[in-house]
This record gives sequence, structure tokens and C-alpha cells, in this order.
Amino acid sequence: MSSVEEIVGRADALYHDLEFGSVKRWREAHGGAKAVGYLPIWVPRELIDAAGMLPVGLMGGRGLIEIIRGDAWFQSYICQIPRSTIELALTGRLDAIDGFLFPSICDVIRNLSGMWKVMFPQKYVRYVDVPQNYDSAVGGRFFEGELRHLWNDLKKLSGTDPGDDAIRASIARYNANRRAIGDLMALRSEQPWRVPTWEAYLVLFAGNVLPVDEHTAMVREYIAAARAADRPRRDNARVVVTGSFCEQPPLGLLKTLELAGCYVVADDLALGRRWPDADVDETGEPLHALSEGFLKHSPPTAARYEPDGDRGAPLVQLVKRTRAEGVVLAAPSFCDPALLEQPILQDSLDAAKVPWTAFKYSESLGQFQVIREQAGTFADSIKLWSEA
Amino acid sequence: MSEPDPKAAGAVKDASMIKQKEMIAGHFSALSRAKESGKKVVYTFVPGNLTELLHAFDVLPVYPEINALQSGMRKKSGAYITEAERLGHSEDVCTYVKCDIGMLKAGNIGPTGEKLPEPDLLLLSYTGCFTFMKWFELLKREYHCPVAMLHVPYQGDGEFTPAMRDYVVDQLRTEVIPKLEQITGKKLDEAKLEEALARSSVAEDDLVWVLESAKNKPSPIDAYFGGVYYIGPIFTAFRGTDLAVDYYRTLRAEVQQRLDLGLGPLTPEGEMKNERYRLVVEGPPNWTSFNEFWKMFADEGAVVVASSYTKVGGMYDAGFRHDPTRPLETLAEYCAGCYTNLNLPSRISMLEKYVREYSADGLLINSVKSCNSFSAGQLMILREVEQRTGVPGGFIETDLVDPRYFSAANVKNRIESYLQMIEQKRRNAGARVSVQVPAAVAPKTRLAVLP
Repeated sequence: MSSVEEIVGRADALYHDLEFGSVKRWREAHGGAKAVGYLPIWVPRELIDAAGMLPVGLMGGRGLIEIIRGDAWFQSYICQIPRSTIELALTGRLDAIDGFLFPSICDVIRNLSGMWKVMFPQKYVRYVDVPQNYDSAVGGRFFEGELRHLWNDLKKLSGTDPGDDAIRASIARYNANRRAIGDLMALRSEQPWRVPTWEAYLVLFAGNVLPVDEHTAMVREYIAAARAADRPRRDNARVVVTGSFCEQPPLGLLKTLELAGCYVVADDLALGRRWPDADVDETGEPLHALSEGFLKHSPPTAARYEPDGDRGAPLVQLVKRTRAEGVVLAAPSFCDPALLEQPILQDSLDAAKVPWTAFKYSESLGQFQVIREQAGTFADSIKLWSEA
Repeated sequence: MSEPDPKAAGAVKDASMIKQKEMIAGHFSALSRAKESGKKVVYTFVPGNLTELLHAFDVLPVYPEINALQSGMRKKSGAYITEAERLGHSEDVCTYVKCDIGMLKAGNIGPTGEKLPEPDLLLLSYTGCFTFMKWFELLKREYHCPVAMLHVPYQGDGEFTPAMRDYVVDQLRTEVIPKLEQITGKKLDEAKLEEALARSSVAEDDLVWVLESAKNKPSPIDAYFGGVYYIGPIFTAFRGTDLAVDYYRTLRAEVQQRLDLGLGPLTPEGEMKNERYRLVVEGPPNWTSFNEFWKMFADEGAVVVASSYTKVGGMYDAGFRHDPTRPLETLAEYCAGCYTNLNLPSRISMLEKYVREYSADGLLINSVKSCNSFSAGQLMILREVEQRTGVPGGFIETDLVDPRYFSAANVKNRIESYLQMIEQKRRNAGARVSVQVPAAVAPKTRLAVLP
């Protein structure tokens, strides 16, 4: 069995590989099969996989590249992820990717889809609109049509013509992957000292570039290794981190939170890896199944309309479910979805008497001292004064 | 958006301006009496508004963006925004939202000094702007009233497909109309809806005629600063009414008269005598210093002959008309066609067309911090239009209603520099004019003319 260090080392290498070497190697190993990139939060990766292509999660530059050309395309008040994504493309790092999917999340990512059409006309580009109406007969009917369109496009891009069974098989693979990730998250929530969040995040992040079965195996391997590892249990505060579903915080920030005395027991980092949060039907009409998976089992997040109740309620429920003692509202600067709803979340947490703290970051953040002090003070205050 | 205070535009007033002022005052007066008159009130947004449908139910619409811009013009937005930020709203997000929240907390006093009624329904027309969704999630907490969500798909591939149209129509049938029926206690009056749609089409014809009058030289109108007055009634509470038909008939006659006399557009300080520059402008105006901003153009003899902002509430000059024979389908197509619901290639093509058809000397982008729907991608739009048309592009940055983001000296300096560049290009007709700016320089400082 591999050790935690070995598994995390493999994931760490993938995280730091902004040349997408693993994607290139996969292509070579698969006779030049194509790769399709997608931005946060969620696209139906099952369709890319079923068409014989590699889904590649594009989650910015992780602060690992200098943004030079990307800055020339955006005003100072636009977030970082479109800049670094364009930087990756203009520096040739995304050349191995043949198609790009831009899901509905915010106006910046939406407009980036149009920029891509103009700037990279040789690539396949599609804006993936998702319904904000969750009635199967209304939003579902629309979404199934969108998925059919996408499926036909992907088959054309791949030059293959797989049938519905290929999608069903892919759904099964992704269900297995999500179950493994669910087990990892459950272990971290129950025994966070065994699963530092930065490690769990690296393992999760590896799913951006690994084929799904390989990633599932890595997650299972890590769970086994983490269970076996002898790690001390500290008197840290159990916190939920939320707001980080799109532009990702740098790895150093996650380490800083834990060094400051926080055990992260739930988060929305790389949320698309865990979406939907229940199995998709593996037996029926597959596009309908994917649509229903989205409509009925999407995790609550800022980019998704909440028809019933309040946007803050799911967060409070998550706090209770994970027995968290506080919430860290960590949102990227200039992130409309996360920042616009923060007052709602804060009010809901206040009403539920859940302590919270808030800060902004960007993926290129390099100094963590202020956040360490803030998180440390927050953790201390929880341990000293919380009713628990 | 429109409905600025005519008083703010200086002493010169046409009959249409007076008429518009009376219409607006009448609407806000009706809103202030809504509870006693038993009228239901629906808050909704300008892009993708369903005003004819609301009229068919005899409810009164309120447009939070309009309230925000009115607060901006009345110099109240700064305090409202500060209050919202004090309550935890981020400095990074849309100032329309914060202005609205601040106004609500200060008593929800509308532009005429009368208290706005609380909504009976929030009609969330999710069209071309993600922020709308979060905005009404915030308001939902304040008002505890039902929300009707209308998701209008984005034209990501540059088209509104039949499947998209059916989706919107389905939502109208299953979500929007039932909720309107619920709050009003009456069924949809289809005949009333069709009559309103027919009136919309008449007014839309006249609006398009007015906007296209700017193809003349000199242009009898300013299609940006003046344009926000012209779009006011049709983008808001009056589309589909006899008042709107009458307003646009009057406006058209006035513009025809200016054309016959060879007059230039009205400006804050009277008629523009000498049209020196013809510009296409992309992006919303700044509202906190609206007159000062307009005057920066007028002083230099710069007239805006076409603008994208006057298309946020409908793309009538592209041929769309409300069709009373297909009531729900036409509403769906209207929603989908609003400017910010178009993808960037479509926006570029539209601006390129404007530059050519309106014989413009340049494209100027006013990039507002608050609005990512407009702003994200504008630097690419600038480059593309420059390359396709050969006219120089300019780029300035302000905000909608946050006075902290309007630096008058800076904006004036950039506008003057930009117009000088156009002048230089004229002098060196055919020669390459280029101001090279390093790629890493912040866009704020960029004022480029590419070959």
C-alpha cells in the first residue's frame, strides 16, 4: 500500500503541472484521443468521458504562473481566474485541449466563453447553460435538450458514435468516483486530524486531470493510507469553509488555516468534483438521468437559484451536520456569486449563533500572515468562548 | 437605464421631456397610493421585463435599477452604498444592489420623495445579468413575499433556439402567470395582453426611427446621453400603454423638426452647434455625474450616434417587434434579445455595424466597475472593433452610482486625449496611428489606437 506521502506527492505533482503533462501523456497513450476542458463549477463530465475523451478541469493558474498577457484583457476589478485561464491559453499550455466548456456560473465566465470563441476560433467552445427552474417538465425538458446538443457536439469532436450504453457506463464510473470522494469527505469530517484539508484538496484536485477510474483509485488509496497513518489529534476548532467554489485559494492558504488552529470539516473547494451529491441513475435514459441528477441533487451553491427558503439555511444545516463550531467565509475578490450573498449567510449564521469570520483572497495571493492571524484569533475565540 | 430627471439636463426642454416627466410623476404617484387603491405591486428588472403582462394583470411595476440610478442622479447613492457596506455588503459588488439596499434601509423613499410600496411579488427576470438573481435573494429576505423566477437562457452560440423559447414560454405558463394570478386573484386577460403588445409595436417603430435619425449629419439626437431619455418610457412602466405611443409619436415629430431644420442634438447647455466627432459608445453611463459627463463630450463637439446601452431593454433596431398574435412567444423572444443576453461575438458585430452605418469616428467604451455583464470582455471588444473597422477605440472607467469611482479630471483628460487622437488620425488620414501600451499595464491607463 502506498503511503500518504507517496499519494499526496503524486497529487501534488499534478497540481503543480501547469503544462498539463498528464493530459498529453493520456492523449499519446490513447492514440491521440482528444481532451475537453471545462471551467468551474460543474459540467456533465460523463458525456466527455463517454465520447472517449478526457475531461480536464480548468481551475486557473493556482498562483503558480505570472500573469502577463492575461491582465491585458481584463479591468482591475475582474477576478483572477479568467486572467490566468487566458494566460494559460496564450502561452500554449492549453494546446493539448481541443474543446472548452464554460458552464453557467457568473457573468465573467459567461463572457469568457464569447472571448474564447473570438480568440481561439479553431477550438470547440460551448457555453453550458443550466436551468434555474427545477421542474422536470420545464427546466428538465430544456436541459435534456441542451445535453443532447452537447452530446452530439462531443461525438462529432471525438469522431466517434457511441450509444447510450457508453453514457450509462460512464455514469457508473462517475458515481463510483463521487462515492469515493464522499467517503473521503466523511472521513475528514469525522477525523480531521487524519485528513488535513490541503491533502484532501490535492487528492480532489487530481480529479481535474486524471481519468475517472484512476482518480477513484487514488482517492480510495488515500483513504486507506490516511486511516492507517498515525497522526496526532490537536485541539483545533472545527470549521466550515465556504465561498471557494470557483477561483481556488492557493494551497498555502489552506495550510495556513490549519496551522492557525482550524480543522476544516467541510468546504466547497473544487465543488464540481462532488456534483451531483447523489448517485445518477445508471439504468434509464442517460440524458434524462443526468438532467435529473442536476435538478434534484445539486449541492446548494451561490450560482444556483434557491427557490425555497433562504440561501443561508443550507449552510446552517451543513454546520449542524458536520458539528462545526464556526464558519470561514472565504471568497475570491470580485467574485459576484460569493460576495453578493455573504450578507445573507452572515445573517443566517448570526441567527443560528454560529461564529464566523470572513476574508477575501485571490489565487495569486502570496502572503498569508494576515489570514493566519485572523484565522488563529477566530479559532482561539471559538475554543475559549464557544458554548460547546 | 433611463428616466433621469429632466431638470438635471438643464433648462432646455422639449414637449416630449415634459411629457415624460409627467408620466414618471404619475407612475410614482400611483405607486405611493397603491395600497389604498388596492393595486398590487411587482418589483422586476429592466432587461427582460414583462411590462405588457403586468399591465394585463393591472399591477404596478417597480424597477430597482431605475430607483438606483435616480438616487445616483440625485446625489443620494453615495450614502446608500455606504450604509449597505456598513451592513456587510462587499465593496467589490454591484453598486445598484447596494444603493437599493441602502435606500430600503433609509425608508424606501422613491425619486419623487414618496415612499415606495413593498412588493407583492418579486418577478425575477433572470436575463443577461447574474447579479439579478442574488439581488432578489437579498430582497426576498427583506420583504418575505413570493418570487417568480424566469430563467432566460443566454445566447451562448449567438442564437435563441426554439427549445430556448419553449423553455421560457413554459416558465411563463407554469411559474410567472400562476403567481400573478395568485397575487391579483384574477385570471390572465389575454385580450388585454394582446392589445398592449400591439401598442408596444407601434411605439417601438417610432423609437427605432428616432434612434436611426442619428445616421444623419449632423445628428439631431445624442443616442447615449439623450438616448437614455428616449428609452425611458419603453424600457419601463409604459411599454404597451397609450401614453408610450403618444410619447414616441411626439418625440418623433420633434426629432423630425430638428432634422428639417438641420439642428444638432440638445445637450445640457442647449443645442450642439458644431458636430465634430461622431462616436459609438459601449457600456452604461455614469449616473452620479451624468450632466458633467455629458458636458465633457458636448464641449468638444462629440455626439454619440449609437450606443449599446440603449439596447439593454430591447433590440428594436435589430428588427424585433412585439407580436400580439404570439403573446407568450414574443415575450420570450423579447427577453432573450436584450443586449446583455447576447454573446460577445454578437455584441462585437453589432458595434461594428454601428460604426459603419452611423459613420462613426470611433468606439468609446465606458467600463463600469459595477457591471461584469457589460464589462468582462470589453477590452477584447475594443480590439476587435478597432481591427475590423479601422476606427480608433478609447477606454474609460467609471461606475454606475458609486461617486467614489468617478474621477472627473481623469475622465475628462482621457476623453480629450481620445478625441485628439481621432483628430490626429484625420490629419494623417491613411497613416498608421498607434499608441503602444505594454500588455501588463493596467487597463485603467490604456487608451489605445490600433491599426
